[in-house]
Amino acid sequence: MTMATMNDALAGAQGKGRKRGRDLAGLAVILGLAVLGYLLFPNNLALLTRMTAIALLVLSLDLVTGYCGVATLGHAALFGSGAYASGIAAVHFGITDPLLMLACGILGGAVAGLVCGIVILRAHGLPQLVLSIALIHLFHEFANKASAWTGGSDGLAGIAPDPLLGYFEFDLWGRTAYVLGIILLAVVFALLRLIVRSPFGMLCRGVKEDPIRIRAMGASPKLALMKMYVISGAVAGAGGTLNAISTQVVGLDSLSFTLSAESLVMLVLGGTGSLFGALTGTIVFMFFEDIVSAANPFHWLTMVGALLIAVVLFAPKGLYGTVAGLAARRRGAGR
Amino acid sequence: MSTIFEVRSLKRAFGGLAVTNDVSLAMAPGDRVALIGPNGAGKTTFVNLVTGNLTPDSGDVLIGGESVTRIDATGRVRRGLVRSFQVTRLFQEMTSAEHVALAVLQRDGRAGRMFGHFLAMPEVMAEVAGLLGKLGLSELMHRRVSEIAYGQQRLLEIAVALALKPRVLLLDEPAAGVPQSDTGRIEQALADLPADLAVLMIEHDMDLVFRFAKRVIVLAAGTIIFDGSPLDVTRDARVREAYLGSYANAGHAA
Repeated sequence: MTMATMNDALAGAQGKGRKRGRDLAGLAVILGLAVLGYLLFPNNLALLTRMTAIALLVLSLDLVTGYCGVATLGHAALFGSGAYASGIAAVHFGITDPLLMLACGILGGAVAGLVCGIVILRAHGLPQLVLSIALIHLFHEFANKASAWTGGSDGLAGIAPDPLLGYFEFDLWGRTAYVLGIILLAVVFALLRLIVRSPFGMLCRGVKEDPIRIRAMGASPKLALMKMYVISGAVAGAGGTLNAISTQVVGLDSLSFTLSAESLVMLVLGGTGSLFGALTGTIVFMFFEDIVSAANPFHWLTMVGALLIAVVLFAPKGLYGTVAGLAARRRGAGR
Repeated sequence: MSTIFEVRSLKRAFGGLAVTNDVSLAMAPGDRVALIGPNGAGKTTFVNLVTGNLTPDSGDVLIGGESVTRIDATGRVRRGLVRSFQVTRLFQEMTSAEHVALAVLQRDGRAGRMFGHFLAMPEVMAEVAGLLGKLGLSELMHRRVSEIAYGQQRLLEIAVALALKPRVLLLDEPAAGVPQSDTGRIEQALADLPADLAVLMIEHDMDLVFRFAKRVIVLAAGTIIFDGSPLDVTRDARVREAYLGSYANAGHAA
């Protein structure tokens, strides 16, 4: 082995160590922010829990859009399906154990992911985007019409989850829901880090860049994308369930085009193709929305629009992507 | 002599134009065959028919005696028919090691694994290091494709193909676009290909063809007009006519 190859082998090993370090740092950041949020906003835990649920949706969107290059404006279909699956399980079938509800929501989201994947992955580019918009409207309308099951436009009310593990009641301040949400987010984040770095994650990155090359390696791009869509559905479904448990109601807005578009905005804001980017985008967008809408209830959307334009024009890789890029360049220059 | 790869009276027409017209050929393990022909001879269509990206109107493609005519492109790769691309198709944001590892994992049916990292899989890394070393790319192991020279990318393309352990290798102009100074390394890589591998090379560069191929097939207007030794190809009247004819036409157009 020459000196250069040894150096490169070392660089590879260091890269691996650095990534593992970043995994732990990521988890530490999530838990640290969670504690900080709890201490700073003890009366606003509902917002923080909602933020956690939406973070799961944005992470889920990042899997298919950021890592696989699928264009979609209908990703709330997966989130809403999870929410309704767990809500219907609780209201109509008496499955009120929160962890069982979570299982129902994950399954519902995964099935919705499979259905959406089958339809959306038939097209590419603009037609794909249009298909995704059509799908979210279909899901929305279906939930609206099936009011015997979903409560229609009144929403599905009367979700009363049992105490978590038979011990922790879902209290009025939303503490239990918040803790459940943070644990869920941390577990999902750790699992997704594993998946995006695995051989499967590498295959998906390949599919995003050049599906023809992947086919020439003997792998089916479509199969890889379908698998990722189902995983994405499970993650979004977990987010939907968290929202259903914490608010105890599922509304049609969870299956809306607006929520789909907003989640895409959050992802672009934070930076696509990075789990940290998805989290950053969610936190920044939702805090910004909360603060600005309170400060100026009439023009807050204008300001959200201005923020988005600024980010897209001046930091096209998103907030996290740009900062990470700068840090990497400084490290490179320092070497 | 056993046959590893066979094409039987392959036909494909676009509109009324027969682009591949009754093409047949057979190759044994270890064969080094060059497929040449003037522009528009139907070489690209032939490659697409063989690899499964186009369906023939009639005829058969066989790998190791098994008909793969009705098997799609990925299935043919898994049966040992691997191609390289005329213009490199590599993943700009991935490192050399990632490319080869992905091919190795895919070949072993492990590319769908959702845990672990290839850097921590010693048997995969041993193969990656071996292949990159053989092609002189060891130093670029952890470099992204966007950071390495085009000639090296062409070598990486060969490494990816070899990582799939092909039985039949289709090289589509392996030296295209490579600066003169780097063609030597490509030629060396071609000379070092496994001895039992059947190689079909599509190439324009006649010097490379004559140095590499033991057998030359000339395609013109969708049919094989010559199949024989490199020594005889330049003397063949029909080959000269096909090439000179096309040059003469080009002269008129200009």
